[in-house]
Amino acid sequence: MLKESKRAVNSIRSLVEEEDEEDDVEKVSWSGEPVGSISWSVKETESSIRSTGEVRDQSFPKIHTAPSLPKNSSGYSLSSLFKGKAKTGSFQSFSESFGDPSIRNYAPELRKPKSEYKDYVSDWTPEETVKRMQQGKVYSLEKFRSLQDKLLLLDEAVNAHDGNVITAVLIYLKKSLSKEILFRELITREIALRHYIHYLKEIGEQKLLVELFKSMDRTEDMALMQYRDHLNVRDENKKRDFLKNCLSFPFSPDDATHVQDHYTLLERQIIIEANDKQVESSGQADIFKKYPRKASILNMPIITTLYYSCFYHYGESDGTFSSPANIRKTFRISDKQFLLTCLGARAKLKAWFDVDALFTTKNWLGYTKKRSPIGFHRIVDILQKNNAPVQVLQDYVNLVEDVEQKISLAQKYKCHDVIINTYRDLKDRQQLIVYRGKVERGSSEYRKIEEILSNSQLRWKN
Amino acid sequence: MSAHLSYGRVNLNILREAARKELREFLDKCAGSKAIVWDEYLTGPFGLIAQYSLLKEHEVEKMFTLKGGRLPAADVKNIIFFVRPRLELMDIIAENISEKNGRPPQMLSPRDFHILFVPRRSMLCEQRLKEQGVLGSFINIDEYILDLIPYDGDLLSMESEGAFRECYLESDQTSLYHTAKGLMTLQALYGTIPQIFGKGECARHVANMMLRMKREFAGSQTQILPVFDSLLLLDRNIDLLTPLATQLTYEGLIDEVYGITNGYAKLPPEKFAAQKKQGEVGKDLPTEPKKMQLNSAEELYAEIRDKNFNAIGAALSKKAKIISAAFEERHNAKTVGEIKQFVSQLPHMQAARSSLANHTSIAELIKDITTSEAFFDNLTVEQEFMTGVDTDKVNTYIEDCIAQKDPLIKILRLVCMQSVCNNGLKQKILDYYKREILQTYGYEHMLTLNNLEKTGLLKPQTSTRNNYPTIRKTLKLWMEDANEQNPNDISYVYSGYAPLSIRLTQVLARPGWRSIEEVLKMLPGPHFEERQQLPAGLHKKRQQGENRTTLVFFLGGVTYAEVAALRFLSQMEDGGTEYIIATTKLINGTSWIKSLMDRPEAP
Repeated sequence: MLKESKRAVNSIRSLVEEEDEEDDVEKVSWSGEPVGSISWSVKETESSIRSTGEVRDQSFPKIHTAPSLPKNSSGYSLSSLFKGKAKTGSFQSFSESFGDPSIRNYAPELRKPKSEYKDYVSDWTPEETVKRMQQGKVYSLEKFRSLQDKLLLLDEAVNAHDGNVITAVLIYLKKSLSKEILFRELITREIALRHYIHYLKEIGEQKLLVELFKSMDRTEDMALMQYRDHLNVRDENKKRDFLKNCLSFPFSPDDATHVQDHYTLLERQIIIEANDKQVESSGQADIFKKYPRKASILNMPIITTLYYSCFYHYGESDGTFSSPANIRKTFRISDKQFLLTCLGARAKLKAWFDVDALFTTKNWLGYTKKRSPIGFHRIVDILQKNNAPVQVLQDYVNLVEDVEQKISLAQKYKCHDVIINTYRDLKDRQQLIVYRGKVERGSSEYRKIEEILSNSQLRWKN
Repeated sequence: MSAHLSYGRVNLNILREAARKELREFLDKCAGSKAIVWDEYLTGPFGLIAQYSLLKEHEVEKMFTLKGGRLPAADVKNIIFFVRPRLELMDIIAENISEKNGRPPQMLSPRDFHILFVPRRSMLCEQRLKEQGVLGSFINIDEYILDLIPYDGDLLSMESEGAFRECYLESDQTSLYHTAKGLMTLQALYGTIPQIFGKGECARHVANMMLRMKREFAGSQTQILPVFDSLLLLDRNIDLLTPLATQLTYEGLIDEVYGITNGYAKLPPEKFAAQKKQGEVGKDLPTEPKKMQLNSAEELYAEIRDKNFNAIGAALSKKAKIISAAFEERHNAKTVGEIKQFVSQLPHMQAARSSLANHTSIAELIKDITTSEAFFDNLTVEQEFMTGVDTDKVNTYIEDCIAQKDPLIKILRLVCMQSVCNNGLKQKILDYYKREILQTYGYEHMLTLNNLEKTGLLKPQTSTRNNYPTIRKTLKLWMEDANEQNPNDISYVYSGYAPLSIRLTQVLARPGWRSIEEVLKMLPGPHFEERQQLPAGLHKKRQQGENRTTLVFFLGGVTYAEVAALRFLSQMEDGGTEYIIATTKLINGTSWIKSLMDRPEAP
């Protein structure tokens, strides 16, 4: 259907171009912003300024410098913008031309009532004070002296749900009350408390914030909030020290583990990074010469780090920080995740022998068997994505238990042997004949099928 | 530019005009030539109410984006900062105007500085300016209350990205205050809304504030015949499921795939390059994304935006035939009069043609995605969760996606969805997902996971009872035979899933919430009904068969698919209710989850 409409559009286009095309229905710049829109105009006036600015900085002023008001094209009047519009239809809305005085009457007054003439009275109630604050009028908080008055004021502000006013009252309370008392009162005032926390964060009063959380018994919140700050530490050594400092915070047990892991990970990454950078630049190790590192390993997630380790540090002894086995153990990586990551890295390097070893297990009699915590069909997909050759792929396709899935995978990746053998084992002569039609005549697959079909020993089911 | 706002049931252009009037009044307060320094974030929302030409007519000669360092040179009398009330922006302003920064020569002429806070003044910000020693430099500090911005003929948005996070994560209800303010403005323009319904904690707060503000303004009531019959306030957290699902309407998919910001989508340019005129062939292919405005001002878009994507092909090809036929008409035009008539229609036809070409290209781009295996697999899992299949087990598709390092937000959307559809995950399963996510994407995401838990998007199962199936069955959230081509139920917008929020709206209109008390109790927060007294003589006398008009306000965001579902209800012949939609922000699962993530601050 889409094709149909596309064709129609194209045919119309050629049709139209014969006509005198006057396509000014709407004026839009290429980026699509209507010419004259605000964001477009910001760019326009800015760029004209910049260019004149550059000219001024040059040592040989050009004659054409005319840094007067840019006569840029953004000077469309409203009427010119709407000209095109008017053409399109019969209805030009009256309100498009705001110059029309009748419209002005149409937009009623929004600014609010003129009933507030109590401006000179100074004994405003908390309610009046809050209202005045909201309206941006003169107000005074100093007259709220007693604790009770102050709290009434705070509750009134909270009632108004206006964060701006709540914060202003809190600033006053912070100045005029001891922190113990303020903290105590905030415990029962969740919304005011939230705003206070936000305020302290904004103005960077970290210390007071920590005290506040402690007194509220909200230590987990505090720990998380402090941990969050690591996001803004750029230098890796400083970040590591920062995280180390976080370890002593009262996180929930789960989060404590995560933070510990985060710290351990960065600590290792710093060591690995320094070492590998040095090895790479000295040209000692082939792996770095063959596959130069694209990016630093710092601040990468643990799975990425494991991949890196499987790529550059495979086969190192368990004792080294950078070995896959050590990383796996330290960070409690699940069998599945480990296998997938390792497989990805070794397959990328086309280290098929390593891939093979990943799945090989020996039983107590010494027989080997291939096992995987993940279905072999997924292993096949991963190998295929890494361009594994058919010889490698078919070994794993063969391990897929479900016969239908096995055949469909084998067909998808052209593992002829697997298909032929499977049909043979199923004694499915018909399918084998069908398949013979699909392979190239005279190829080794073809001959193999011929051979099987002519085997008189076999008992076909059809 | 704004005609499409006035075609709907309620003329939203009045609201836009009111906003423009205020802007002009502010500009006129600063006499003489002006330069505006923009907080870049604001240019989008402002674009919905004004063009540069309006500013220009009020002597705005230059516009800059707010940046550190000194102000660019501009030979004007006034410098006006248009900013959101944010502390970090105050620091930049202080840097801009500080004497120490050595003004360029032509800036020596005395100039007046002004600040316009949008949407509200902030005492905290003013205090910061004072600390920086620049507060005194400002002649004028004002606020521009941009609460509800007309987004389309039936849609209002506050364009406030952080509203959900602030309300449900940080317990900062300032955006609710703005909401109430915005609703008061709306009532000043369109009359008092006689009935208020609501569900959820935030809805209750907003209603309370409205009633209180009304009491305060008693006596200055507007004598306007009410346009709205009722207002329905809905908390986003009573329906956490809907935004997590992939929207399947045309507009919804554009938003899912490319994102729509302030009414614009940025699209890959390749598909549109061929449309250039012949004379421009020599030009290099554009590398910049093609920005396209999407609203009902475009006839074709208004027609197809709310359709299920699977019905788009047919709609476009039908349109193509009509347009082709119209162009063929020229062969029949024989007399001068006929030719003249044809020519007079040409601009309109050409606009239709270029609109068709654009949407055919967009539909092709999206089709490439919707027909992909990845999209299909993802959708299958979503639908399994929504129908309650295996929500209590570790999902292998999610596991695979993590193993492949698919984008984290995709993973979070799915895991949250599973949690919501299972009324929380078993601790063991939750722990498993969390570990996989942290190991694969980085430990720092424990902050995000914590946020998701605090907002209830992700949670451990507390009670053994999972009430989602009851909710699903009572509200008929899953419809087996959703008709995508000719829908007869709102479930078409998600190809089977009927958004919970919209079902609640639908049931409220008929037969009323009393029929679903049980389910309402399972959803968080109170439900309520309030009445507002109308001044005598303003009671509307409804004509036989006349539709009611209901304003539905989504606190914390709404998706385009939900908007489409409400439009569908408005158009139902025997529906009896037409809906106008308002929200704090148009969202989708991705933008929503993103707003809850903790990231490093931009350097």
